[in-house]
Amino acid sequence: MSDEGSTPVKNEKLERILASFSGERSELIPILQRVQEEFGYLPEEVMKRIADFTRTPECTVFGVATFYAQFRLTPTGKKIIRVCRGTACHVRGSAKVLAEVEKRLGIRAGETTPDLEYTLETVACIGACALAPTMTIGGKTYGKMTTKKVAEVLGDYDRSAK
Amino acid sequence: MTKLKSVKELEALRQSIISRRDAAQTVISVCGGTGCHSHGCQRVVAAFREELEKQNLGDKVSLKISGCHGFCERGPLVVIRPHDILYQRVRDKDVPEIVTQTVVKGNRVDRLLYTDRVTGQKIANETEVPFYKLQSRLIFGSNGFIDPTSIEDYIAIGGYTALPRAFKMKPEEIIAEIKKSGLRGRGGAGFPTGLKWESTRNAPGKPKYVICNADEGDPGAFMDRSLVEGNPHSVLEGMIIGAYAIGSHEGFIYIRNEYPLAVKHMRIAIEQAEKYGLLGENILGSGFSFSVKIKRGGGAFVCGESTALMASLEGKVGEPRAKYIHTSEQGLWGKPSNLNNVETWANVPLIINKGADWYAKIGTEGSKGTKIFALVGNITNTGLVEVPMGTTLRKIIFEIGGGIPKGRKFKAVQTGGPSGGVIPEGLLDLPVDFDELTKVGSMMGSGGMIVMDEKTCMVDIARYYIGFLEEESCGKCVPCREGLRQMKYILDRIVAGQGREEDITLLEELSATLVDASLCQLGATAPNPVMSTLKYFRDEYLAHITEKRCPAGVCKFAAVETKS
Repeated sequence: MSDEGSTPVKNEKLERILASFSGERSELIPILQRVQEEFGYLPEEVMKRIADFTRTPECTVFGVATFYAQFRLTPTGKKIIRVCRGTACHVRGSAKVLAEVEKRLGIRAGETTPDLEYTLETVACIGACALAPTMTIGGKTYGKMTTKKVAEVLGDYDRSAK
Repeated sequence: MTKLKSVKELEALRQSIISRRDAAQTVISVCGGTGCHSHGCQRVVAAFREELEKQNLGDKVSLKISGCHGFCERGPLVVIRPHDILYQRVRDKDVPEIVTQTVVKGNRVDRLLYTDRVTGQKIANETEVPFYKLQSRLIFGSNGFIDPTSIEDYIAIGGYTALPRAFKMKPEEIIAEIKKSGLRGRGGAGFPTGLKWESTRNAPGKPKYVICNADEGDPGAFMDRSLVEGNPHSVLEGMIIGAYAIGSHEGFIYIRNEYPLAVKHMRIAIEQAEKYGLLGENILGSGFSFSVKIKRGGGAFVCGESTALMASLEGKVGEPRAKYIHTSEQGLWGKPSNLNNVETWANVPLIINKGADWYAKIGTEGSKGTKIFALVGNITNTGLVEVPMGTTLRKIIFEIGGGIPKGRKFKAVQTGGPSGGVIPEGLLDLPVDFDELTKVGSMMGSGGMIVMDEKTCMVDIARYYIGFLEEESCGKCVPCREGLRQMKYILDRIVAGQGREEDITLLEELSATLVDASLCQLGATAPNPVMSTLKYFRDEYLAHITEKRCPAGVCKFAAVETKS
């Protein structure tokens, strides 16, 4: 176990979260959800503590954390871009939109830029099918995307971040 | 608010809410569904607040942010009552004019009205717009009238009237009524709801659980979300009635984590119902107690499957198990558990209020009631559509949906989610119900309906779905895990122009294996996209394989790709 990242402050945060649970096995997913909301991802030492707390083997906690799409084992960028790959978006050309975003960020879906600015993800469906193809950055939805619009949206975004 | 202790107190509350409300008061109802949200409805709401304040109308006009109205294509939607005027594609800059012209003077703002595509006429009344006029919005219709975060709104429109009625019945009578109504599960499989309730009730073991499946994982489907977001109490009321009939005192709602607004609205609804005594101990003095908890899903498509969902509720990896023993006998924590989909639960109050005989008159021989579909893809009117079972695909797509945009031709419609099938033009007059869809190689699924025009490549679509399912396969059983991977390899090859002649046979053999040998319905239905495209669009596969050509112009073959 590495000590990296397990500063006392962080552990305090973790213990505060755990204090609101009783340690039942059925609470494992809610605990992981709460912890990820707080930490942004699931650090290894945090998962070990959760295993201890819920009296489950570490491998089980790791198994659950890697089975569900929402859990992340690595830190994310400051902004999360989600390109919708739902069917409605697919038939309206979302594959091209995703390829363009990947090209401009220099990363593939599921990855984070080395400067920790952006994390790029795909999402099965955000349900805004009337605006297909869609992508979101933070809480904002961008609809009727084209490769041209990707350049606009990312260009703007870049400038506004600086 | 003190807890309601009896049906009498509930009725007194209802009367007091109604009497406090002035039917003549102007209500501005802005659609706050996810579609309109993405269109920027929040700016419209803020503009209304500001303008009403400015014109000193704050007390005289009620501003409501409602759930999804369904006509997502034309959002943001604003309905003004009692004038019953529908304004569409409203921008914040239109708001001062709406307030001055419509709210104050009672005039219409013509440019914001819907224009009939055939006659070119402006239509002011929501119910006269063809998109709405041709629907039967029994389950979904209340969405536009209530603020989903207000239990009083739901009570005012007659909500929680089915519950007291159910309490007057014996549990067995409720089950008999649901059986008689012919209600079948809206989550996809179409299992008769009454039978499921009965076997859970009769199963030995305590406690018994009722569960609401709101883990809507089908890409391109959002009816369950819109119901939970827009009318959460209707789902809760259905669950309470179901729990009473089954003899359960504990319920769970499993909501997809990607639906934060649905989680929020359901959480508020549960808190309100508890505060009013509609959940908790001794509900309305009936002696019946019931509580509900929300669990957020982890983002796994397979968790829509009942046994996987229950494993997930237990805190485990969401893997299904073989169902030699039904979950109604041994489900959550090995106890009798009754799982129904959001839309199924929302049908229950309607059946109890109107009666099974009334309900059974709607729909077809084997499928009763209405069904909500998410009409998306290459379609003019994207949105949510509720129609009686048995309505033809043609009516849904061309009359309600307004047909295919950009002057293109219809090619196919895909129903049933990722593991449904595609249906070609020749079958457009098919009446849509559980059995008819299955007969043609597709399925009802939860109600996604993805329309595809002539520019859609059917091999690419099959590959898209198989890719989705391969990623979402839980990996527990070999046919699904390995079979889908192989099918994906083959389809990848075909769309890259490297298909071999024997590939079609291989795909068919793998499909048959998955159907026969998979552990759960995810695997058993996964080959549907391949089998149905092979059945109706085999020539497209052949064009890819033998001529190295994509008739729809979607697939870029290697030779072309190196150029770009």
